[in-house]
Amino acid sequence: MTFLSIEPVRILLYLVGICAFVGANAAYLVLAERKGAGRIQRRPGPNEAGYAGWLQPVADGIKLLSKQVMIPPGTDRLLFCLAPLMVMAPPLICLTVIPFGENLFARNINVGLLLVFSLGSINVMALMLGGWASRNKYAVISAARVVSQNVAYEIPMLLVVITLLMVTGTMNLNEIVQQQGGGFWHWNLFKVWVNPLMPVTFVIFFICMLAETNRAPFDMAEAESELLAGAFTEYGGMGFGVFFMAEYANIVVGCSMATVLFLGGWQSPFVILSGPVFGPLWFLAKMYALILTVIWVRWTFPRTQFYGLLNLSWKILIPISLFTLLLTGAVMKLPLALHHLF
Amino acid sequence: MSPSLDRISERFIQLLGATAVPTGSALTERAPLPVPSAGPAQAAPGPVQGVDHALKGFDLNVAVSPRQVVLAAEILDQEGFALDAITGVDWLAQGEMEIVYDFFHPAISLHVAVRTRVPRAEPELPTISSVFPGANWHERETHDFFGIRFLGHPNLAPFLLPEDATFHPLRKDYQP
Amino acid sequence: MIAQPEAFPTGESSRAPQETFVLNLGPQHPAAHGVLRVLMTMDGEWITRAEPVIGYIHRMHEKMGENRTWAQFLPNTSRIDYLSAMHYTHAFVGAVERAAKIEVPPRAEYARVITSELNRISSHLVWWGALLLDLGGFTPILYAFEDREKILDLLEGLCGARLTYCYYRFGGLCNDVDDDFLNGTRKFVQEMRPRLGMYRDLVTDNIILRKRLTGIGPISAEMCRKYGATGPVIRGAGVAYDVRTIEPYSVYPQFDFKIPVYPECDSMARYLVRMDEMEQSLRIIEQALDRLPAGAFMGKVPRVLKLPPGDYCYAVEAARGRFMVRIVSDGKDRPYRVKLRTPSFSNLSLYEEASRGMILPDALAMMGSLDLVIPDIDR
Repeated sequence: MTFLSIEPVRILLYLVGICAFVGANAAYLVLAERKGAGRIQRRPGPNEAGYAGWLQPVADGIKLLSKQVMIPPGTDRLLFCLAPLMVMAPPLICLTVIPFGENLFARNINVGLLLVFSLGSINVMALMLGGWASRNKYAVISAARVVSQNVAYEIPMLLVVITLLMVTGTMNLNEIVQQQGGGFWHWNLFKVWVNPLMPVTFVIFFICMLAETNRAPFDMAEAESELLAGAFTEYGGMGFGVFFMAEYANIVVGCSMATVLFLGGWQSPFVILSGPVFGPLWFLAKMYALILTVIWVRWTFPRTQFYGLLNLSWKILIPISLFTLLLTGAVMKLPLALHHLF
Repeated sequence: MSPSLDRISERFIQLLGATAVPTGSALTERAPLPVPSAGPAQAAPGPVQGVDHALKGFDLNVAVSPRQVVLAAEILDQEGFALDAITGVDWLAQGEMEIVYDFFHPAISLHVAVRTRVPRAEPELPTISSVFPGANWHERETHDFFGIRFLGHPNLAPFLLPEDATFHPLRKDYQP
Repeated sequence: MIAQPEAFPTGESSRAPQETFVLNLGPQHPAAHGVLRVLMTMDGEWITRAEPVIGYIHRMHEKMGENRTWAQFLPNTSRIDYLSAMHYTHAFVGAVERAAKIEVPPRAEYARVITSELNRISSHLVWWGALLLDLGGFTPILYAFEDREKILDLLEGLCGARLTYCYYRFGGLCNDVDDDFLNGTRKFVQEMRPRLGMYRDLVTDNIILRKRLTGIGPISAEMCRKYGATGPVIRGAGVAYDVRTIEPYSVYPQFDFKIPVYPECDSMARYLVRMDEMEQSLRIIEQALDRLPAGAFMGKVPRVLKLPPGDYCYAVEAARGRFMVRIVSDGKDRPYRVKLRTPSFSNLSLYEEASRGMILPDALAMMGSLDLVIPDIDR
């Protein structure tokens, strides 16, 4: 244990672990998505490679690696090569502050929440750069759409997070999870005596998370039937592979945040079955349940129009989240106000 | 008021009787030709002819001169007809090209065929796309296949054929 | 209420033409239903001009008609619009029968109606799946294709082909309908009704689909008339025009069915027209199955078919609209001229005027609601 508690070794192990976690997730979430899609569409999904398709991600990886990585002439080479890096880095960094278990986290930062949400915005910039640098009209239209959509949906997300901050009083993700101990009725999702609209808050957060990660029905940026592959049109082989992995990494980060903020993180829903072994298992179970919901939503709904999407954000979600913010403030200060009055 | 076969025939007879064919015009000066009879049990040939729908598939057959096609189209537009098709036929033996305009009515069962003939050497006639915008594409296609020029058409570039095509495949003397 | 164009988001651009760019919705594209090229001059996301460029699958069927005998042209008719091939063969066969005064026995006419209506349902299923795919809903197309497989299996057992049937002959049918087909069709009709109900609950009533289609792509009745647009396009504009009732042919007058008409003129109206048409086709099939007469399936046809000189036409209500064949005969054993008036050609011709000022996703939704099959346009 002494060797493992040397700080550099610990950090190295966590870095390797996080990269492995993201890589494995990106690979096998694709498989889960395709199998889920298959079940919803009443067909088996990939089942050729390996037993029941379990080697499909390996096959996909080999395929993507063996393709020629072509940089089209006339593009801005620096930005073109930078975009995939910029899109992959933020999710990796965000995962360093997310607590997987009681003692299973890379860094315990006091402003962990702020870090996660500020890095989430870099995703937009990367897609925009990738679209612009591709020198392709479809990619440029897609980049413009990504920017408007993500900017529009960051606002309700952050308003919702501020509401949550008022409830938790801290930005430290570990403390947020520790506050939710003692059974599922202590989870932030059910704290209706502080914020009567907490479930609505959760739903808004989930919707904004779908929009931020460009998942259907908010996948305007890569609307296949209109814009081919959107911002990724000109990327081939592993360049495209990196964008793809980054999309799933973003989903993992988004669902982990939802779990940590609303569903109690690594806390067990019943007081029993907790501890250093069960904690991460509960965390993973909740996270994967949310990811499966994300996949389910994708294959069920058609896409909204672009202005419908923006209308939803500006005209519906922002007013509702402002209202919940004010309501939470009022409910929290009400006992004090009443005490001063009487 | 729904158009009836009689009223439309009346209007066409008026049109064909009233418009005199002026001399010295750039377009072909031809009197309206009678429709070639298609069988023993036909009415007496004339420019406006009622036809048995069960036998031919249309109800009224009108033969006009090339300069009168726009007026004919206007009559049918006012009566509420829709443009069905514009067909070109190359009568090589007679040295003429025939253009048949089919019109259907959305509310009643009336199918009118308006036909006209132009000489093969100078196949020109005015466009009806100002009356029926749908004729734009039909005329462009007829030009593609036969080389018939529709005067006043906004864009007679090759449509179905390649952009640089100079041949007209449905002409009877076309050699590939 | 007729939808008013001003209510929809349009981009009135006051910018100079140099600020627009040309986007090529090229011949190879996941959204274009086939090889259609649309040259869009765009101002940001708004379309200032959308010009369809066709001819990428032009095979010149009309010329082929002049080089083949009347019977040799029959396979060509299936390939003009391969999704509703039965209707197209019906029109050509009907035109020749009209000209040569060939009698068709009632059993053949009823069988033609049953197969045509089955083909209409399978064509609408493809349209429905493809429209939803364009709108981003990836699942319904697989459900639609599951139902369509049943139809294709029935028709394959009957005439040997899954898509390009060529089942009708001058005077009747190629072979008689057998009991397998009749029992299978009856079973299919019973299975399809609840499926249509499921599609209505899951997809038609979905709020995102409603937002995507309601009020989008207004095409007024007057525009339809001027451009000659027919089929669900004109029926979604409030005009009850259907060749089966206005210019009846075959034995359609003997059946009791409704023509669905919706007055709203938008994409949702055209969508609902087609969904209702599938239900009405099921009704017609059931009535035809109940009343199918016994007897011969082929009338008397001379060995070498020569038609009297003159021109003849025959119009049918294909899945996409009015399909008319005009044949000109000069007395020989092959046509002098075959003119194929296809519905998608006229339906697409109004796209340029109708899509002005629209935003790109709406223009694509409207194109999907027109139900275009590009070989039908190009022939």
